Amino acid sequence: MLFIDPAMLARVEEIELPWSVHGYDPYGISKRETARMFTLFSLLYRRYFRVRATGVENIPLRGRAMLVGNHSGGVAIDGAMVITSAFLELARPRLAQGMAEKFINRVPFASLYSSRTGQFTGLPEHAERLLEDERLLMVFPEGARGTAKLYWERHSLVEFGSGFVRLALKTRTPIIPVGILGGGDVMPTVLNSYALGRALGAPYVPVTPYLLPIPLPAKMELHYGEPIVFEGTGAEDDDVIGGYVERVKRAVAGLMAEGLKAREGTHS
Amino acid sequence: MRVLITGIASPVARRVAGHAVAAGHEVIGIDRRLWEGCPGEVTMYAVDLRKRAAEEVFRKHRPEAVIHMATVTHLKASTEERYRINLGGTRAVFDHARAYGVGQVVFVGRHTYYGAGADHALYHREDDPPMAVSTFPELADLVAADLYATTALWRHPELKTAVLRMVYVLGPSGTGTLASFLRGPKVPAILGFDPLFHFMHEDDTARAVVEALGARLHGVFNVAGPPPLPLSVIVRESGRKLVPLPEFVFHVMRGRLGFPQLPPGAMTHVKYPVVVDGDAFRQATGWRHRIEDDACLREFRRTFPVRLG
Repeated sequence: MLFIDPAMLARVEEIELPWSVHGYDPYGISKRETARMFTLFSLLYRRYFRVRATGVENIPLRGRAMLVGNHSGGVAIDGAMVITSAFLELARPRLAQGMAEKFINRVPFASLYSSRTGQFTGLPEHAERLLEDERLLMVFPEGARGTAKLYWERHSLVEFGSGFVRLALKTRTPIIPVGILGGGDVMPTVLNSYALGRALGAPYVPVTPYLLPIPLPAKMELHYGEPIVFEGTGAEDDDVIGGYVERVKRAVAGLMAEGLKAREGTHS
Repeated sequence: MRVLITGIASPVARRVAGHAVAAGHEVIGIDRRLWEGCPGEVTMYAVDLRKRAAEEVFRKHRPEAVIHMATVTHLKASTEERYRINLGGTRAVFDHARAYGVGQVVFVGRHTYYGAGADHALYHREDDPPMAVSTFPELADLVAADLYATTALWRHPELKTAVLRMVYVLGPSGTGTLASFLRGPKVPAILGFDPLFHFMHEDDTARAVVEALGARLHGVFNVAGPPPLPLSVIVRESGRKLVPLPEFVFHVMRGRLGFPQLPPGAMTHVKYPVVVDGDAFRQATGWRHRIEDDACLREFRRTFPVRLG
């Protein structure tokens, strides 16, 4: 079992969740397992991927909000680093809760640890309930199509789903766009094996030039933008929703472009 | 109010009777089993709900309300017997209620109606579908009874009908699904899974049923007390030992070497949670649980001690 850093446990205790005497919140999130996760993730964040986060002040310290970002790099390491940034970089730590791929809940231990750390199956019911409970939700509207991007596609965006905008409207939730750089460098996917994925119960298995899906110690950047608030009910026509989705997508693309420009400036 | 309680000899129904008497109701009970030491305030009939003698109780006493608790949850009874009791008995209650001018029926059902599964949401609301018929087919008779009771909402709109979906009960009686699962010193779990279990003390359960009566509820309501806890915590706090087994070993060990006898469908309930949102009931009745989960588990541990070898 992985060691729990007492400093991480102390910081987990600062997260504003209704912990029971047994150390669980009403969804089954465990203080200890969350601290164990952040013991590992903080090492990866600070030492291995040397993550740089900008604009974290755009994440509210309390109340419902939706972090919406881009995926790349085979597996959702970008998501893990977004969660870690909300935990480490804010004056008061928050637990960002992602919407996990459905297959994860069928896999022993993966099901257990994703549940204990608040990363629930990606169901609309979960997302809506968490927002109504004033939680911080993390959404990648590209879904598995996003993590399946190949190395040379890492700075592109594929189609965004629209469910997150309808949900934001229905629950009156601000969307905080985040442009993520480095996910594709961490896991330089050259092809995806969908056959192997099917055999393992996953959508696909990323294949790297060194074959195994092991992350490299490449630098990652997270650029948070200003909150976007849409007015409506969530029952608008697809055309209207599509326009809002495009606005968020442009915001994410803009943050990625700014990050890349700054990176090029640093390198020149 | 004159209240008839079916299945009154069960430990939880006895508590319901006690709270109903305390609330000033006149209580009549029927059950196939005897209730030794039945208090003088309760008029008890040892009759089968589906037989003519039960109808005679309705005719003679003309109850104003019925609390229907004569359902079987344990799976030792044959499938045919379960359907006869759970579905046939529920039908008899509504038939007699209509025939003898009952104004209100409270059907006491189970939260397992919603079933457990990998892609099920946490915190089921009342309009969620009854997935137990697919995930735990052995519970189909209870789901059918729940759905039959629910049809009274539109078939007999003049009859105030409350369908309550109660979380597991745990208490000093040691009865119920969860208590049976926790009975031995070793409680099996499936390696790599640790589902949340939603339960409350049997006294809170009994109070909730009587509150539903007092509030003259009409509709379907989940009833839940404290937030759910992981199975591992429940087992530890009740003084038992959790034995995580690979799924195929768990399947083989059911009913052997002191492990509980479970039907195949129960496997999903040992892997995934069934958790309900009880807000609608709390808002409609003002009911709140009084006994916290840790007190409930301590009491169970004290009442049913085991020796861990």
